[in-house]
Amino acid sequence: MDINMTIIGQTIAMIVFVWFCMRFVWPPLVHALDERRKTIADGLAAAEDGQKKLEEAQARFEETVRESREKAAEVIQQAEKRGREIVDQARGEAVSEGERLIAQAKAEISQEASRARDALRGDVAAVALSGARQLLEREIDPATHKQLLDKLASEL
Amino acid sequence: MAAGQKTAGEYIQHHLQNLQVCKVDGEWVWNHCQGNFWTLNVDSMFFSVFLGALFLFLFWRTANRITTGVPGRFQAAVESLVEFVDTSVKETFHGESKLIAPLGLTIFVWVFLMNLMDLIPVDWLPATAHVAGIEYLKVVPTTDLNITFAMSLSVFVLIIYYSIKAKGVSGFVKELTLQPFNHPIAIPFNLVLEGVALLAKPLSLSLRLFGNLFAGELIFILIALLGVWQLPLHFAWAVFHILIIVLQAFIFMMLTIVYLALANEEH
Repeated sequence: MDINMTIIGQTIAMIVFVWFCMRFVWPPLVHALDERRKTIADGLAAAEDGQKKLEEAQARFEETVRESREKAAEVIQQAEKRGREIVDQARGEAVSEGERLIAQAKAEISQEASRARDALRGDVAAVALSGARQLLEREIDPATHKQLLDKLASEL
Repeated sequence: MAAGQKTAGEYIQHHLQNLQVCKVDGEWVWNHCQGNFWTLNVDSMFFSVFLGALFLFLFWRTANRITTGVPGRFQAAVESLVEFVDTSVKETFHGESKLIAPLGLTIFVWVFLMNLMDLIPVDWLPATAHVAGIEYLKVVPTTDLNITFAMSLSVFVLIIYYSIKAKGVSGFVKELTLQPFNHPIAIPFNLVLEGVALLAKPLSLSLRLFGNLFAGELIFILIALLGVWQLPLHFAWAVFHILIIVLQAFIFMMLTIVYLALANEEH
């Protein structure tokens, strides 16, 4: 239990150990810790940056989608309008075509009618003539009365 | 018990005796060195240097292989210790020093390892040594006053060094003589007061560690005398002692840092 030379030995040991620790052990350990801390800090910053970028991209994406939707709605509206126009135009053309056809048909009908009337007129003259011939029997010479009969027929 | 025929007193005495070597009349003499300063406690020196070297080897190997990526388990343990010491130093010592933090780490781990020897059952190593022909063996270096005083006196030298470095010789002398009463008449009184306060630092530092570990070791030895009852008691005391050995190592480190921080501060 006496104080003896051991105290000197231990002092030397302590000086050597502390020097060794200070020279070879502590610096690399602390350096590595600092480096890892920096890496982690960088990683966190990068993650935050990425988050921000993601948010920006999200906002841009939503903006684009909104614009597209608006554009699509506009296109649909235009298409509908155009469609209506086409239908209206088609309907107008159809109506005018119909009217034209009707007018044509009417003209043909009246033409046909006047032709029929002409034919009828001739037939009536012939019937009248044959009637008159039957009534008068041979008393009437067709050649002599032809002029009279033509005049009659034109008056029908 | 290895002490077959010994009485309890002899058994305890035997356990508290260092393995000593000294030179008497030009010859190396073992274990008959009472009162001779030029005596070496071979067991204390051996375990102290062995444990210090073990600590430095393990940490040095880790430091050499260190990766800044994902650490291994041992590296993580070393890193948490380094981080712990580094934080303690940065919180207390507000100056630039390349020495304080490694000093704190060395003291903490080294003292812890030396204290840890206390948990080895008291008879194992001495009995093994006895078989090998070594008569005495004290396995806990921190129960040797020489070891604790050597460490606290090294710290004391550093306290004076940092005081002078921070305040200059005149500042250090002023601190010793003009405090707490700043008057020329009070200089002797101040000197006594401050001198005691200064000297109490290494004294309390070493005696606290020595006292705690010596008492713990003594209780282990007493428990070892109890026959079968030593088993539960030894276990209980060992569990309690785990706390003490870590705490004492931490206190030694922390007080070293605090003393050096105080020495480094301007008043």
